[in-house]
Amino acid sequence: MSKKLSFNNGISDGLPIGLGYLSVSFAFGVQASILGIPFYMSLFISMTNLTSAGQLAGLTVIASLGTFLEIILTQLIINSRYFLMSLTLSQKVDESFSIGQRFFLSAFVTDEIFAVASNKRGLINKKYFFGLVILPYIGWATGTLLGAVAGSSLPVQITNALGIALYAMFIAIIIPPAISVKGVLPCVLMATALSSAFYFIPIFANLPNGFRYIISAVVSALITAYFFPIAQEENNKNCQKEGD
Amino acid sequence: MDLLKMFLMILSMAGVTYLIRMLPLVCFRKKIRSKYLLSVLYYIPYAVLSAMTFPYILYSTGNFYTALIGTVVAVVLAVFKRSLLTVAIFACLTVFGCGFIFF
Repeated sequence: MSKKLSFNNGISDGLPIGLGYLSVSFAFGVQASILGIPFYMSLFISMTNLTSAGQLAGLTVIASLGTFLEIILTQLIINSRYFLMSLTLSQKVDESFSIGQRFFLSAFVTDEIFAVASNKRGLINKKYFFGLVILPYIGWATGTLLGAVAGSSLPVQITNALGIALYAMFIAIIIPPAISVKGVLPCVLMATALSSAFYFIPIFANLPNGFRYIISAVVSALITAYFFPIAQEENNKNCQKEGD
Repeated sequence: MDLLKMFLMILSMAGVTYLIRMLPLVCFRKKIRSKYLLSVLYYIPYAVLSAMTFPYILYSTGNFYTALIGTVVAVVLAVFKRSLLTVAIFACLTVFGCGFIFF
């Protein structure tokens, strides 16, 4: 039998995630402040959402004065991956989780936390999971606040450089599976082509950003899934890899 | 946008995101069996991130050329499986360095 995971095990597994979040959310905070979002609103976004891609997309919709429908659909599509992660975790947590605690802890399912939690052997208890999520959450909120406050006073060379941070992180998520898993590369290329078409072809100029993401992503995923279906084990394995 | 609308939009973002995370953990205990649906869910994150990154990354730094070079550095590091943080930091440093050449 393996030793029971403790709160402190969770804290030490969460520390590297928290440090990573601190720097990435700093970039998010800077970007939000450049788009004219008040710092307390940026902090509010990070404390209630805890998701990089979803928040960046939401920021785009807010900055372009988008609609509620647009922002809701955008989040629904972009964050749909958490559905699969929570589904996997629901089979992974032990009976120490009460219903109330499941309600509470489900707010903290992110790519990285999922990757660490689902890679643990055996079942996960609530003390470990609570320890695991606390530092990433603090890191994400603190980084956002620092970035949002510093944003307007940073030299333009630095804010320009930070502008690429989140996108570079997305590239680091996309590329390794595009090389190693059949189907991901065609999916990536198709989504890139559609998104670029929406961006460059003048008749789509009025299509809001959120809808561009949604249409590009859903069409590419539907087509790729038809031609390259994924086996069940492959699916679990790669959900974990995603947050490495 | 006025602050109240911004506040409500952030709340709806958070609400949708929370429901997606909460429903499977609290309600569903069954596994999804449709291979096609599982495959779609598997590809969605990569499709979303690709659509969000391209072509927007090229306009993310205020200068097309620094962004292009930063993108190339990020892709090369990602091909060599560097961590998310490493890729992000080196892309930023590259853009910062190139900023002195192109401005």
